[in-house]
Amino acid sequence: MSDSPKTAQHGLAEHTHGSFVPLQIRSDRPSSKSVSDFEAISPLQDLWRYLQPDQLNGLDSDVLGEYESEVSFVSTDDVKISWIESTDERVGSIGVPEDRVAAAAYTNASKTLLIEVAESAEVKEPVVIKIAANHPAPSALHIFVIAKKFSNATLIVEHMGLGNLAEIIEIDVQDEAKLNIVSVQNWDKGSAHVSAHFSKLARNSFLKHSIASFGGDLVRITPVTTFTGPGAEVEMNGVYFASAGQHLENRPFVDHAAPNCKSRVTYKGALQGNKAHTVWIGDVLIRVVAEGTDTYELNRNLLLTDGARADSVPNLEIETGEIEGAGHASASGRFDDEQLFYLQARGITVDDARRLVVLGFLVDILQRTGVEELVEILTSIVEEKLGSY
Amino acid sequence: MATLEIKNLHVTVETDQGTKEILKGVDLTIKSGEIHAVMGPNGSGKSTLAYSIAGHPKYTVTKGEILLDGENVLDLSVDERARAGLFLAMQYPVEIPGVSVSNFLRTAKTAITGEAPALRTWIKDVRDAMSGLKIDSTFSERNVNEGFSGGEKKRHEILQLELLKPRFAILDETDSGLDVDALKIVSEGVNRAHQANDLGVLMITHYTRILKYIKPDFVHVFVDGKVAEQGGAELADQLEAEGYDRYVKA
Ligand SMILES: Nc1ncnc2c1ncn2[C@@H]1O[C@H](COP(=O)(O)OP(=O)(O)OP(=O)(O)O)[C@@H](O)[C@H]1O
Ligand SMILES: [Mg+2]
Repeated sequence: MSDSPKTAQHGLAEHTHGSFVPLQIRSDRPSSKSVSDFEAISPLQDLWRYLQPDQLNGLDSDVLGEYESEVSFVSTDDVKISWIESTDERVGSIGVPEDRVAAAAYTNASKTLLIEVAESAEVKEPVVIKIAANHPAPSALHIFVIAKKFSNATLIVEHMGLGNLAEIIEIDVQDEAKLNIVSVQNWDKGSAHVSAHFSKLARNSFLKHSIASFGGDLVRITPVTTFTGPGAEVEMNGVYFASAGQHLENRPFVDHAAPNCKSRVTYKGALQGNKAHTVWIGDVLIRVVAEGTDTYELNRNLLLTDGARADSVPNLEIETGEIEGAGHASASGRFDDEQLFYLQARGITVDDARRLVVLGFLVDILQRTGVEELVEILTSIVEEKLGSY
Repeated sequence: MATLEIKNLHVTVETDQGTKEILKGVDLTIKSGEIHAVMGPNGSGKSTLAYSIAGHPKYTVTKGEILLDGENVLDLSVDERARAGLFLAMQYPVEIPGVSVSNFLRTAKTAITGEAPALRTWIKDVRDAMSGLKIDSTFSERNVNEGFSGGEKKRHEILQLELLKPRFAILDETDSGLDVDALKIVSEGVNRAHQANDLGVLMITHYTRILKYIKPDFVHVFVDGKVAEQGGAELADQLEAEGYDRYVKA
C-alpha cells in the first residue's frame, strides 16, 4: 500500500499544462451554406479523422430528406415556436456550416423551426422540443433559437427513437438575455446524428449550453460559441456514456471575439465495452480584441472496461496577453481501485461500488443543467446503461 | 462474545524488485470488548496488517489464518468481511467525487444490515453522531472526503464506525494529524462505539498520547512484520521512554 495520500486521491492520469497547442483559426476555416462546396468526407481530413464515412449512414449525401414530421412542441405567448421558410434572412445569420454534413443540413432543410423567447419574458417551466423519430432515411433539420433582450428561459431539445439526422441549431442570445439549453441524444441502436450548434452571445448575456449523449451508434456534436459583445458568459457542459460499438464525439469551440467575457467548458464521459469510442476536441480562441478573457476547459473520461478508447485534445490559442485567466485540463483513466476498496470496505458490493463511482462522476454534470426532472431521467438512463455490462 | 484470531500470518506485496514479504508470522487474538494497541516503527508492517485483515487486493496472504468466530475471513471478499463485522478506519481515506456523504452512509448502512434503515430514525442517528463528533451538518451534502482536512477525514471515519456498528474495528493511525481537541473528540467517538457495541478494537498508533483517552487492555510491539513483545498498558509508557531500539536488531 502506498502511504502517499496523493496517489490515493484518484486514478485519472492528470494532464494539465500551460503550453498552448495552436489550432487552425476558425475564421480561416472554409465555410459555406452549400453542400457542393465541400469535398467528400474522408478520415484524412482533420475534422473527420476519428470516423469512417460509412458510420455517417448517408448524412454526408448531397440530398437529404426532411424531418419536420418528427418534431413536436407547444408554442406559447412567451415562447413562440413555428416553422418558417429557410430563405428567411435570419436563418444562417448566427452560423455558417464549416463541414460537409452541416452544409447538407443547411441545403436540404427547406423549413426552419423558429423558437422565439419574447423580450423580458421570465419563462419558469422548461420548453421541450421533442424529436421522437422513426425515420431511418438520412434527413435534415434546422432549428433557430432567439433569446430576446432581458429574457430568461430553459429549452430542452430531446432526440430519441430511430433516426439519421443532420442538424443545425442556431442560437441567438441577445443583450442581457439568459438562456439555458440542453440537447439530449438518446437514440436507438442504428441511429446516426451529426449536429452543428452555433451560438452568438451579445453584451452581458448568459448561455448555459449542455450536451447529454447516451444512445445512438454515432453522435457527433460541434457546438460553437462566439462572443460578439462584452461582459457575456458561457457555461458549456457535456456528459456522455458510450457502450460497445458507440462513437460519441464532441468538439466544443469558444471564440472569444469580444473583451471581458468568461467561458467554462466541462465535459465528462464514461466508456464501457468493446469499441466504445469517445472523442473530445476542445478549442478556445482568444482574439486580439478579447482583453480580460477568463476561460477554462476540462475533459475527463472514465474507462470502465478494456476495448474502449477515449480521445481527448484540448487546444488553446491566445492572441492577446491581457487576459484574466486561461487554462485547460484533460484526463482519461480507469476506475480508481482505492475508491472501490474504500466503498467495499464499508460493505458495499463491488458492482454497487462501481455504480456509485460512475454515477457520481457523471451526475455532477447532469446537475449543472439545473433541470431537476432531467437530472432524474438522465440518471436513470446512466443506471440502465451501467446495469448492462 | 466474538473473537478475531490472527494466526501465523504471512503477507507479501509485489514490488518493482519482485515479491517482498512484509508480514512474517503475526499472531494476535482480540475478543469483543478488548482494546489492543499496536505500536511499532515506520515501515514495520502495521498498515499492511490492517489492510490484510480488510482484504485489500494488493496484499497476498501466503501462510496463516484470520478467523472471525472460527470462520475463515480470508475466503471472504472485502465487502463480505465488512458485512461480517470488520471495520477499517483508514490511515489515508480516499476522496470519492460526486458521491455525497449522506448517500454513502445510507448505502453502506443498507449493505451492512441488509435492508434500508428506517428513514426517520436514520436521519436522527446520523445527525446525533455528527454532532457528537462536532462535524458540521453541511458535510452530509459534501462529496465523500473531497476537500476534507486531515482531521475532518479522521472524524468522518469514526462517524462511520459509530453508525455501521461493526464487531471489530482496526484503527490505522486514526490519531495522527489531530490537534488535542480533535484527538479528544475522536477518542470519545471510539469509546462510545466500544461501549455501545462491545466493540473489539485494534488501534495502530505511534504515540502514547491517545492512550490517555482510550485505555488499552493490551499493547503489542510490532517490529519487522511481527509482534515482538506484548504486555499491558505499562508497556506503552516503557516504549515512550525507551523507543524501539532494543527490538530492532542491528
Ligand atoms: N505496494 C507496496 N510496494 C512496495 N512496498 C510496499 C508496498 N506496500 C507496503 N510496502 C512496504 O512494506 C513495508 C510496511 O509498510 P506499512 O505501510 O505496512 O508500514 P507501517 O508500519 O504502516 O508504517 P507507518 O508507520 O509509516 O505507517 C514498508 O517497507 C513499505 O515500504
Ligand atoms: Mg501505516
